[in-house]
Amino acid sequence: MSEPVLEVKNLNAYYYGNGVLGKKLKKQVLYDINFEVQEGEVLGLVGESGCGKSTLAKTILGLHADYDGEIIHHTNRPQMVFQDPKGSLNPAKTVGWIVEEPLRAYGKYSPEERRKRVIDMLERVGLSAKYAERKPRELSGGQRQRVGIAVALIQRPKFIIADEPVSALDVTIQAQILELLLELRRDLDLSYLFISHDLNVIRQISDRVMVMNEGRIIEQDTTEEIFTSPKTEYAKTLIDASLL
Amino acid sequence: MKKLKNSHRAPNYNLIWGCVITSIMVLMIVVSFFWTPFNPDAMSYAEKDLAPGGAHLLGTDNFGRDIFSRVMEGAGTTLSIAFCAVAIGASFGTVIGGLTGYFGGAWDEFIMRINDAVTAFPSILLALVIVTITGSGRTNIIFILGILFIPSFARVVRGEFAKQRQMDYVKNAKLMGVKPGRIMFVHILPNIAPVLLSAVAIGFNNAVLAEASMSYLGVGVSQTEAVSLGRMLLDSQAYWMTSPWQALSAGCAISILILGFALISEGLGTRPMWRPTTKRRRKQHA
Repeated sequence: MSEPVLEVKNLNAYYYGNGVLGKKLKKQVLYDINFEVQEGEVLGLVGESGCGKSTLAKTILGLHADYDGEIIHHTNRPQMVFQDPKGSLNPAKTVGWIVEEPLRAYGKYSPEERRKRVIDMLERVGLSAKYAERKPRELSGGQRQRVGIAVALIQRPKFIIADEPVSALDVTIQAQILELLLELRRDLDLSYLFISHDLNVIRQISDRVMVMNEGRIIEQDTTEEIFTSPKTEYAKTLIDASLL
Repeated sequence: MKKLKNSHRAPNYNLIWGCVITSIMVLMIVVSFFWTPFNPDAMSYAEKDLAPGGAHLLGTDNFGRDIFSRVMEGAGTTLSIAFCAVAIGASFGTVIGGLTGYFGGAWDEFIMRINDAVTAFPSILLALVIVTITGSGRTNIIFILGILFIPSFARVVRGEFAKQRQMDYVKNAKLMGVKPGRIMFVHILPNIAPVLLSAVAIGFNNAVLAEASMSYLGVGVSQTEAVSLGRMLLDSQAYWMTSPWQALSAGCAISILILGFALISEGLGTRPMWRPTTKRRRKQHA
């Protein structure tokens, strides 16, 4: 039995909006979330836009503070691959600088060693060293997402949350990035929480799948089970729609 | 659609001409440190009130001093005051605006209300009030103008930081474990540089105008200290009917300085979010 890398227990998350007369409106967006991510697995999280998928990701990573419940990390520094690498890579900096930044923030590496690691990492995600000098806007969407993955991986995490990592890309590039993510999982013993609204993508990459609707996880099972015999009406509708 | 594309690719004439005009003025000022056609302070009864032309390019004033030499030196004084005032305003404004915009919360509210209170007064009026307490003189007006410029910079920078902190690259930097100070000034600041530079150019404009107005009102640079463009306007107003070139020279020098900075700021502020703000701010201070 493998060890869990992440346990989430009874998680509720809230947003505070501005109501009338300066009153704060409390709005609950996640209801009683329970799940575990096992070592080495890809856990898919599927649901329509606005159902709370991204909030869940942010809460797990500590970017959203208004929650109660338990989030237990069994690994160091979980990282995130963002949906839109255009926004997640600093537009004013070069690719090399961006990938090097986590090493500057944490490590006790010499500048030469940092540069070497950056080049290694860029090659690992399928970019050559010459890309280090470019700005993110000079790259294609697929290349940018490779840089986004490099930024996450250079911190040597064991667990990665990928929030719609391929939704902004066209289909052929999607396949390449998914292939890269799976390859990296094999080579580096990674576990993923893979978030998407696209069931075809989820089916390709996931070992297990959670279906989320209106802030609740309504179904959670192996990919096989979910796609062949969904138990809830909502999951059935989603799957039928994706097969059209 | 096609038109939009073309206009995007057209050379930025505002920026180019702004830089040309400003460079000429700055070059003239730099030259004045080493050389002016005549000694700007040398008086000569024989050459009193000469019209432009001949040896004296812009004529002479009521003391027989060469006006062109005085404009060169006066522009230097005015611009150096503007530079120091903007440096104070921009650096403090950036730090304050950065902190409040990035962290938000109660301090943000508190500091922004102080900001509102300061900006509610016309800055020249406030400067005059402070000058009556501190006294006039070059150093004093540098600090007064510098402090009065802090709120406008803080406001611009705060807005930009509040916008940028929502971006994924900032979240990503937090995840990397980058410290807040570094996120603010190494990650975010380069991304707001165009807006900040545009604000600096407008700040120069306002500072040049403010120095000129204060010196004109007799509370700026004193007569014994240095020549400044505002001071020249004040000294020349009595001779407007007999030798208008005195006032015109100083006035034109001020206008050209301002034109240069205005074109630069217009050229830099091509983002639609920025445009309305520049227009409102310019009206407020002018």
